[in-house]
Parts: sequence; structure tokens; C-alpha cells
Amino acid sequence: MNLFDLLLGAPLITSVIMAFMGHTRSATSVNIAASAIALITALSLAYRVLQLGSFTAHGQLFFLDAYNVFLLSLTAFVATTTAIFSGPYMLHEQQIGRVTANRLRLYHSMFQLFVFGMYLVLTTNNLGVMWIALELATLATVLLVSLYRTPAAIAAAWKYFIICGVGIALALFGTILIFATSSDVLGHGNDALTWTLLYDNAGQLAPRVMTIAFVFLIVGYGTKVGLVPMHTWLPDAHGEGPTPISAVLSGLLLNIALYALVRCKTLVDGATQGDLAGNLMMGFGMLSVLVAALSLHRQRDVKRMFSFSSIEHMGLMTFAFGIGTPLANFAGLLHMTAHSLVKSGIFFTVGHAAQAMGTQQMINIRGLVSHHPGIGWGLLIGTVAIAGFPPFGVFTSEFLLFTAALHTHPWVVVPLLLGLVVAFAGLFRHVQPMAFGVVPDNAASIKINMLPVYVHLGLALILGLALPPFLADWYQTAAYLLHGTAR
Amino acid sequence: MQVTLLQQWVGVAAAMMLLVVFALLAQRHMHALLRWFALQGIVLALTSALVANVADVPELYISAILALILKGVLLPWMLWRIVINLGMHREVEPLVNVSVTLLIGAALVLFSFYVSLPIEKLSQLVTRNTIAIALACVLLSMLMMITRRKAITQVVGFLAMENALFFTATSTTYGMPLLVEIGVAFDVLIAALVFGLFFFQIRKTFDSLNLEDLEDRQ
Repeated sequence: MNLFDLLLGAPLITSVIMAFMGHTRSATSVNIAASAIALITALSLAYRVLQLGSFTAHGQLFFLDAYNVFLLSLTAFVATTTAIFSGPYMLHEQQIGRVTANRLRLYHSMFQLFVFGMYLVLTTNNLGVMWIALELATLATVLLVSLYRTPAAIAAAWKYFIICGVGIALALFGTILIFATSSDVLGHGNDALTWTLLYDNAGQLAPRVMTIAFVFLIVGYGTKVGLVPMHTWLPDAHGEGPTPISAVLSGLLLNIALYALVRCKTLVDGATQGDLAGNLMMGFGMLSVLVAALSLHRQRDVKRMFSFSSIEHMGLMTFAFGIGTPLANFAGLLHMTAHSLVKSGIFFTVGHAAQAMGTQQMINIRGLVSHHPGIGWGLLIGTVAIAGFPPFGVFTSEFLLFTAALHTHPWVVVPLLLGLVVAFAGLFRHVQPMAFGVVPDNAASIKINMLPVYVHLGLALILGLALPPFLADWYQTAAYLLHGTAR
Repeated sequence: MQVTLLQQWVGVAAAMMLLVVFALLAQRHMHALLRWFALQGIVLALTSALVANVADVPELYISAILALILKGVLLPWMLWRIVINLGMHREVEPLVNVSVTLLIGAALVLFSFYVSLPIEKLSQLVTRNTIAIALACVLLSMLMMITRRKAITQVVGFLAMENALFFTATSTTYGMPLLVEIGVAFDVLIAALVFGLFFFQIRKTFDSLNLEDLEDRQ
């Protein structure tokens, strides 16, 4: 399977190359080209899965099914548009002296390493390797968060490092517990950590051990998902890092962590035959939605505000996968896609806005619509989309989520809906004056590149208005797969 | 139930681990702390070698050597160098009084045993006690991270936690597959390098390694 080698090799090799040439003018184009190669590979792999169903490659080392190949394509797509966005953005940062040539090398190299880590998490068939890759992606982003070397950036990166380090260590404890019971069934070796074999033999794993393991896994991977109360690293890391990194952290890394959690949940469900795992996820999800919605109101920094919105949406997705019916899973998957697209689009816009106004403080960002209509309207439309208005994809997925919740747990709809309304109020309270208002004197005119934003929002619109049949079919296969039943 | 020789040895090793973690918690001086940390790495390596020998799992010898080099020598030495270079020979500066910390630690051990109660005997090797003690070591290391004021003690806590996880893997499952074991060791090494990098950045920016200074800037 050469496609796998290409998919993983392209970012890894580029990462090494970038360590030497990341500061040159051509670095941006190489960055885009490498991401585009991975995207094309991911799409052809997706096509293969669509035609032939799930398969493993390199023996049992890698595997693809409807669930991870969809996330793989999404990840590769957003990584590519982020690479396109980051070109002029980082050039501007270099011109105003916020990054030096050395740091630009570090930035490009770590960006590709981070992308490599995410692809490895998604494609590996081994529970242990998945953990290693997620840790690798974390380590790569830690250095990206502290890129500006301001006191606040270093403090944020330290917090990110320590909290996620502890979280992911707990996830390793959970993984070891799973291995402790699965090695009795599948023998002491890599087989006992192989997803495909674990799923087939889930019924034989010791239920009590799996239950305890899941508690560690949800706290561990949940830290990376940004679930309340383990979310405290998230706003800082998003607020202080360079904007392209905020976009990929929010749009991709959180998804990847959730991917790992949901995989574990499906396995634990198979072993315990109970709904404890689902209930735990619903509880954490609900708490995240409510706390994030309230926290939104109190923010002053625009990137921090949108990072709280990310926590809210990750909470919604966790809740959806916690319900676990095929319909809820469908909603969760759709929400993952729509949120990724819209949120990274918003971060691109916010990055431009912050550059134009020379600050991330919302109180100093005013009158974007008249100053830079592209940015202003982009921000407004993006916010409308993320707040869950029709006709965007976020609305569709939230609607489906509520429908699913009404079938199984009708009472939860009330607090969830309340959370969404509060979050909506918080978003518009801050965004409206930023978009309209009087343009401050120090606003600068900058070269902007809104194409990625329009593409993202356009795709979110398509998801909401007319979900292509093949995509719906695909989500449905993945949703049943996660439910643990054949369609 | 017949208690095998291996189970007895693992029991001894688990007791040693717990003892060392408590010793780490009780230290007031940076140098003593690092010495105990190095000792923890060596205990870990010995445990791996022991299980490798008694249970006849040659793979584990590689883990043992890896642990000895990385956790017994390299990481403590790196931290030692940093302490000397940054001129911090002084106190550990706990946020919570040491004796209170130790009491909380004892409570955590009880809690770990309580959590592990529902786990029935899994295999020849795994007993409820080893899982409980392993969990206790993880929680105690976490306690150390929470109750210390300096960045470097937090890192020792973090690495002690990794050690505890490594111990869990060896004592309950004859070690993870080699591929995973090496990958994890690689990640820990990278993490340690990043930590080292951070110390100098923090020192340069804040002029101290006290975490309270970091909090103030946010």
C-alpha cells in the first residue's frame, strides 16, 4: 500500500526539510504542496474505502474504515487550507517583527510534524501507537504555542504542556489496563492492542477492568478534547499561539482526541454491554456546554472567546457520541465536520482582524465591516454559522442531535438548548460591536487572503442545505459502525 | 491459591516503588529529590529485569536497559545539570506542608485500593494489589505536581508519573509490546528536551522558576 507511505511520509519528510529551509520564501509553497499531496492521498484512500469498504494495510499496522477515513479527509483538507492561510499571515508577522527566521523554521517544521502525528493517530491500528502519536502531536504544538516567546505565551504553553501531559498519562494508564485484560485473550503482543482484533473479541474482555480503564481514558483523552473541568489549558493555548495554530488546534486536534475517545467508547461498550461509558460522556459533554456558554460572556480576548465556543461544541459532540444511537452518532459526525470547517474559518478571519487592528482585545477591535468588508462580513457570517443558525451545517447537526436526544433522554434537551441560547447571546454580544462600531484610528490596512474562509463557509453551507447523498451514506455507515451494529 | 515466586517478587518491587514515591513526596531539598528520582529509575529497571528473568520474557531486558539508561541516568542527570546551571540548590518550596502532603498521600493509597476492589484476578501475574499500588504511585506523583511551587519539581512529578506508568505496564502485563514501549520512551525523551528548553525560556522571561510568577502574567 504505497498510499499510506505517501500520506505519512509527505508531512514527516517535509518536517525535516523545513527544519533547514523553513525561513526561506519558498517555504510557504512547499508547506502548501506537502499538505496538498497528503490531501490528494487521503481523498484517494477515502475513495477506496467508499468503493471497497474498510481494509487494513501493512499487515495489521494500519487500518481504515468509514469513521477514520472521513476524519482523515477532513484533517487533510483543513491542514491544506491552513497552510494556504498561514503563508501571508506569517509573512506579516515576520514583517512586524513578531517572529524571526529561526522561529519560522521551527514553525513550519512543527506544523508538519503535528500534521504527521494526527494522520498517524487516525490511521494506526494499534492502541498504543495511537497514544504515542497523540502525545507527539501535543509536543509539536507546545512549541508552536510558545512561538512568540512573550511571557503570556510561555505561561500558556507551560500550562498546556503540563495539563495535557498529565491527561495523556492517565490515558496511557487506561491503555495499559486494556492491555492487561486483552493480553489474556489475544496473547502477549501487538495483537492485544490492535483495534480490529479488539473489536472482534470485545465480548471476552473483563468488563470491570474495561470500566475502570474507560474512566482513565475519558479523563485522559477528555483533557485533550477540552472537556470541562479539564479544559483550562485550552483558552490560553488558543489565545496566545499564532492564529493558524489556533485554527488547527480547534478544528483538528480536538477532533482527533475525540476520535480516540469514541473509539475507546465503542470498545468498552462491546465489553461491558452497559451504557456507563455513554452516560459518562453525556455528563461531561453537558457540563462542558453549560460552563463554556457562560464563560463566553466574560471574555475580553477574541481568540479566547472563540476557544470557549470550541469547548461548547466539543461538549455537544461528546454528548452526541455519548447517546450513541445511530442517529446521534450521525449528528456527532456531521457536527464534527461542520464545526471544524466553520471554526477554523472563523480563526482565519479573526487572525486577519487582529492583524488589521493590531490587537486581540475585543474592546479595541471595532468597525470591521466598514474597514475591511471581507473580514467584517466573514466574521459575522462565520459567527452566524457557528451559533447554529440555518442554513449552515451546524444547524442541521444540532437539530439532528436534539431529535436523537428526544428519543432517548427527553429531559436533557432543556439544559442543552439553554446552553446554546446563552452561548449565542455571548457570541453576538461581542461580535456585533466588532463588526459594526466606529473604526479606531490606528487600524491598518493589510493584505488579506479570505479564500480559505469562503471555501470553508461555503462547504458548511452545502452541508446544511444539500448534504450530498454519498456523504450522507458515508456518515450513516460510520454511525452504525460506532453503534457497534451492522447496517 | 498458590502464590508463585514471580508474584512475590513483583509484590516486593511494588512495595519498593511505593516507598520511593513517598520518599519523593517527603523531600525538602532539590538534590535529595533528584537522587530519589534516579533511584526510582533504577528500581524500575530492576523490576523489568526481574520479571524478564523469572517469567522468561526476553523482550523485557530491552525495556530494562532502556529504563536504566533513560530513567536511571539520563533524565536525572539532565535535571541535575539544569539545577546547577540555573543556580537553584535550595528548597523544594511546597505549597502544602510536607507532613500534610504525606497524610493526603496515605489517603490516596487507601482510595486506590478501594478503586481496585472490583477487579478480580486477571492472570497469573496480575493481582489486585499491584494494580492498586501502581494506581497509587500515579496519583501520588500527581499530588507532587500539584503541591509544589517550582517548575522543576513539577517536572520531576511528571516524570515520576511516567515511571509509575512504566511500572504498571511491567508489573501487570509483562510490559507493553516492544514497539509501544520504545515509542513511549521516545516521547518521554522528547518531552524532557522540551522541558529543558522551557526552563531556559521561563528563566529568561520571568527571572525565576516559580510558577506563581507565570500565573500572574495571564
